[in-house]
Order: sequence, then structure tokens, then C-alpha cells
Amino acid sequence: MGAGHAVAALLTALILGTLGAVAWAAGGLSVLTEWDWRALRFTLWQAALSATLSAALAVPVARALARRRFRGRGLLVTLLGAPFILPVIVAIMGLIAIFGRNGLVNDSLRGIGLPEMSIYGWQGVILAHVFFNLPLSVRLILQGWQAVPAERFRLAASLDFGPRDIARHLERPMLRNVLPGVWLAVFLVCLTSFTVALALGGGPGATTVELAIYQAFRFDFDLGRAATLGLVQIALSVGALLLARRIAVPAGFGTGMDATGAPPGPGGWRRGADALVIALAAGFLLAPLLSVTASGLPRVGALPADVWSAALRSIVMAVTSAALTITACLVLALAVARGAGRWVEAAGMLPLVASPLVLGTGLFILLRDLATPQQMALPVTVAINAAMALPFGLRALIPAAQALQADYGQLAASLDLKGLARLRLLVLPRLARPLGFAGGLAAALAMGDLGVITLFAGDQPTLPLKLYQLMNSYRMEDAAAASVLLMALSFALFWLFDRGGRMDA
Amino acid sequence: MLEFRDILLRQGDFALAADFTLPQGRYAVIGASGSGKSTLLSLVGGFLAPDRGRLAWDGQDITGMVPGRRPVSMLFQHHNLFPHLTVAQNVGMGLRPDLRLDWAQKDRVAQVLAQVGLSGTAARRPGALSGGQQSRVALARVLLRARPLLLLDEPFAALGPALKSEMLDLLSAIVADTGATVLMVTHDPADARAFAPQTVLVEDGRAHAPRPTGPLLDDPPPGLRAYLG
Repeated sequence: MGAGHAVAALLTALILGTLGAVAWAAGGLSVLTEWDWRALRFTLWQAALSATLSAALAVPVARALARRRFRGRGLLVTLLGAPFILPVIVAIMGLIAIFGRNGLVNDSLRGIGLPEMSIYGWQGVILAHVFFNLPLSVRLILQGWQAVPAERFRLAASLDFGPRDIARHLERPMLRNVLPGVWLAVFLVCLTSFTVALALGGGPGATTVELAIYQAFRFDFDLGRAATLGLVQIALSVGALLLARRIAVPAGFGTGMDATGAPPGPGGWRRGADALVIALAAGFLLAPLLSVTASGLPRVGALPADVWSAALRSIVMAVTSAALTITACLVLALAVARGAGRWVEAAGMLPLVASPLVLGTGLFILLRDLATPQQMALPVTVAINAAMALPFGLRALIPAAQALQADYGQLAASLDLKGLARLRLLVLPRLARPLGFAGGLAAALAMGDLGVITLFAGDQPTLPLKLYQLMNSYRMEDAAAASVLLMALSFALFWLFDRGGRMDA
Repeated sequence: MLEFRDILLRQGDFALAADFTLPQGRYAVIGASGSGKSTLLSLVGGFLAPDRGRLAWDGQDITGMVPGRRPVSMLFQHHNLFPHLTVAQNVGMGLRPDLRLDWAQKDRVAQVLAQVGLSGTAARRPGALSGGQQSRVALARVLLRARPLLLLDEPFAALGPALKSEMLDLLSAIVADTGATVLMVTHDPADARAFAPQTVLVEDGRAHAPRPTGPLLDDPPPGLRAYLG
């Protein structure tokens, strides 16, 4: 239990100490400009709109997936989980390829004489948020649909319910339960949106608080204002988490999606409508990625050497970050399973309160007398990425560790199996799967992250940062190729870790 | 000899008291559901600590001893084997929990596996064995550990009647071999009669001193009568 408390204390010191440094450096609300207050209003507005759109659009998609069976359905449902580990900057490249000035959508608009749409500005931010959160929402709502016992649908069929009756008696009550949590989950994600706002927003009407922190830090060198904005961001996260305590936010990954044995869905026009909805959703999600892949894949081999060295740097950082995350996750989860008290679990969830940019600002304040920004860039990025992945890892590991303790704790104790032997012979083999999964998530998230590193951007860019620099210098062909490389590496890291956890099974 | 010296254990509204001595032998532990049979075994196994009183084995106080150091082997209702380890590893843990076994110890493992009729299964995982074979693996480990006190919390409850009596026969042979004292929780009077000359009745928050099994079951006290039906 000692190790669990030590890790929890270290984590608490890291997060609260960093936030403390931010609060100490903050200059009071008076330093905030009109620009900053607009950023706050925009952050809330875009998060609310993104959440509403994602949840609303997800309902017909989830219903279509719930009541139809077709070839490739399982693959599609699995793909809906992919955006979680898809690097944000890669998705932005894809969205630009489809919705940008020379993209498919604007070509069509021009072709029929309609005005073009721009992907830059608030509409681009919303579009990208819906791109990321529509799949998450569909998965969560689909779980809700599949949690309705198949017997009830059979009962409805035996009572000759029409689609309207089913909607009224079965579907709407379920949606009333599920939708608030889905909305809030998306709202929370969008509240700390940085990369999307950095790449697609940025003007007076499309700057989030996270982006404002970056701008104050990087362009104005105004640490007091950056810190004050940091406090505003913390207040937002804490407020949203308090709200989340009242509404159960479901976890959106890792659960199986099996056939339920419900009767087939209604025929007629609804059949065509479902097919259309599924095709549209799949197209919206796949077209950007396929487009980037098509233009980037042939050029991957011709990428300049500095992109490859950035890739290598990113891999090392991602693996280090993942190793830190799984070690901390394992220690914390085992402590929680042995009844170490709620504060240990709370410490593991603490990163949810802090946003990466706030932590980055705080660590810079704490370390600025000890190291140059260039020196701290990579270690700080690794540490923050490891911390940010912790809550996701713990969600997978704590239940597994509790089951391990409940099932085999007494047997191990009665055989005097303890210490390293217990770790080697019992804990690691039994927890390999959730550990591999948590490590895969952590590695992929760290691989694709374009956040803290931008604060310190020096001469040692990570691959996402390198990609962003290529985009900014309009080297779009190299950017597309680097996107393909980054996407492949992120998915490969996830696969390797996850696969490693299943080797034994 | 196992001594319960003025033991009292509380868990919320539930309490269990015990104050008696068990000389070497075989005992059934019987009582209604929720009466505290498993609690009594957990107390002896070291998974629960009494609020009052001492527990002693052959005169030595074992109240504060951790489960793995007690002179005890225990078989639980479920989860008696690690499913990710092989049969030989599961049994070998009875010799050294860290499984760093030398050749002589590996020979011992093979010997006890042969003794319970499981030669040739050493490299398999428990999931590849039948329920009866899994019970034999657990018994092989008991045999290897050779602790003087054996606690059984209905480990054979999920087996069919024929298999169960087969396991009890094997158990009798092992006990005859090692001379261990056995406490066996059961809800089946036939098991108690077949295996244990003496029975500890757990009723109304108290584990009672052992009485001869036959007479106790022929003329049970009212609470036990209601339970046995």
C-alpha cells in the first residue's frame, strides 16, 4: 500500500503544486482583456454547440446501427472508436482536404454556383469537434440502445408496435437517460480544446481559453495573464466536473458490441433512410482520412530527414510516457483494490481538473530558474502526456484490479504469495490485457499530442509539431505524407501495446 | 489442537462468538445460511481478525499471524487455482510461492500429481480440465503443503454427487496420510455423517463446541431442524 500512497502523493503534488504556481503567478482578473473574455464566452458557446450537434446527429446513426445488420457493421462500429487515438492534427489535415478551399465540398459548391464555405473560423472549430465527437456519441448511444433488453423489443413486436410506438415507449425513455451524459462527455472534451482552435480558429471569434493561454504565453510573454487564464480554465473544468457528478458520464471505449437478438428493424422508407444515414456518417468520418492517405501515402518515402528524426523523437517520448502511465496506473489501481481509500483514486483522476496548457504554464513557472524552455520541452511534454492519460488507464485498470483482488486475493494470501513473486506470477499475467490497453491509449495519445510542446517549441519538434510547421509553411504535400506517417505510428503503437497484453490469452 | 479462547468477532449487526477446543480429528461445520460458517473459517484462516479473544494452535498463539504463515491450508468455494498458471505451477506454489523450484521439488510435484491421479496433466491449464480434475489439483497442493490444519469452505459444492463423494474419499486418504485436523463447512448432512465424526454447530451468533455428528443430526436443535427441513 505504501507505493500507492507515494504515487498518489507525487501526482497530487505535481498537479496541485503546478496549479498552485499558476495561481501564485496569476495577476487577478483585472489583467484579462476584452479579448480574453471573448475567449471564455467562445469556449463555452462552441463546447455547447459541438455537444448539441454531436449528440443530435448521433441519434439517427446509432438507431440505424442498432436495428440494422449488414456486412462491415462490426468494422464500422470498431472504427467509431478510432478517433479517440487519431492525432487531432491529422484529422485537421483530412478536414482541410475535404472542406478546405480546394476540397471536394467547395469544388461542388462552386460547380453549382453557390458561395464557398471557409474551414477557418468558428465553423471549422465546430466541424472538427463534431468529426471527433460524433463517433464517440454514436458509440455511447449505441450502448444505450443495446442495453435495452431484446425481450422488450420482442414484446413490442408481439404487441404489434409500429416504429412510432417503439420510439415512444422504448427509445425515448432510453435516450432521456443516455443523452445528458453523452452531451456532457462531449462538452467536457471541447472545453479544453486546443489543437483544433490553434489550427482552424484563432481569430477574435474563434479563440478558446486554452489557445488564449498559448497566445499570452508565447506571443505576449505575459506570464501573469497566461496564469490568470489558466485559473479561468481550471474553474471551467472544475465546474463541468461538478456538473458531471450529477450526471453519469459513460465511458466510450473498450466495450463489446454484440448482436442483441432483437427483431429486425422496420422496412419501407425507414430502411432507405437508415442506409443513407449510415452512408453519410461513414463518409463524413472516412473521406477526410482516405483523402489524406491517398495524397500522402505515395510520398512518405520522400519525406525529409528532419521529419523522420521528429518521428523517432516522438516514438521515444510516446513509449516513455506510456511506461510512466502504466506504472502509475498499476500501482494506483492495486492500492485502490486493496482498499487504500478514496483519495488515492481521486488523485489518479486529478489530471481531469487540469488542462495540458495550464500544467505546461505551471511547470514552466516552477522550473524556469532551473532549465531553459528548450531543455524542459521534451521532459515536460512526456510528464504531462503521462498524467493526462492516467484517468483513462485507471478506468480500465481499477475494475480489473478489484476483480483480481476479490477472486484471487485470498488464495494468494493463503499461499503466502506476496511481493515481487505476486507481481510476476499473479498481477502481471492477470492484468496484462487492461495494462496493454492502457499503455496503448497512453502511447497513442502521447504520439499524436500537439499541446504543451507548442509552448516550448524549439529546435527539437515532435512529429505532430513538425507536421503543424509544414502546414504553416504551405508544404502541403509533405504535410499529407507526414500525416500518414503520424497516423500509422499512432495506430501501430496502440496495436502493439494492446496486442502485447493479449499475447498470453 | 485448535483453541478458540473467548473469541468474539463483530461485522456490523452480525457477531460470532466461539470458546472451545478442537483436538486433532475431523469436524463438520454446519448451520443455516448466513449463520457464520464461512466467517468461522475465515477467522481460522487469518482473513478476519477477532475483536476479542485469542486463537491458538498446539498452544502457540496465532491470532496475529498472516494467512500464508499459519499452519493452515484452505480450500475456498471458488477460485482455488490460478487459471493462467499450469497445473504443475499451481501445485508447486504449495512448496515455494515464487515457484523457484529445484529438481527434487519438481519431482515432489510430479509425485503428488500422480498420487491424486493426474499424471500427464502437469503442463495443462486448469481451464482445460474438468471440474473434478480441478478439485484434484487443489487437493494435490494441500497434500504438498502438508499443513496440520485443513479448512474446507464447501470446495466441492459445485460437483455432482458421485464426484463429490470421490473427492471426499481422496480427501480422507490424504488426511489419513498427513494426520491433519480438518474443518469442513457443509450444508449436506450426508457429507457430515460420511466424513466427520464430530460437528461444530454454528447458530445464533455462536459456534458451539463439537458434538458427535450422528446424534446431533438425528435430533437437531430447532434452528438447525428448520434449516435441514
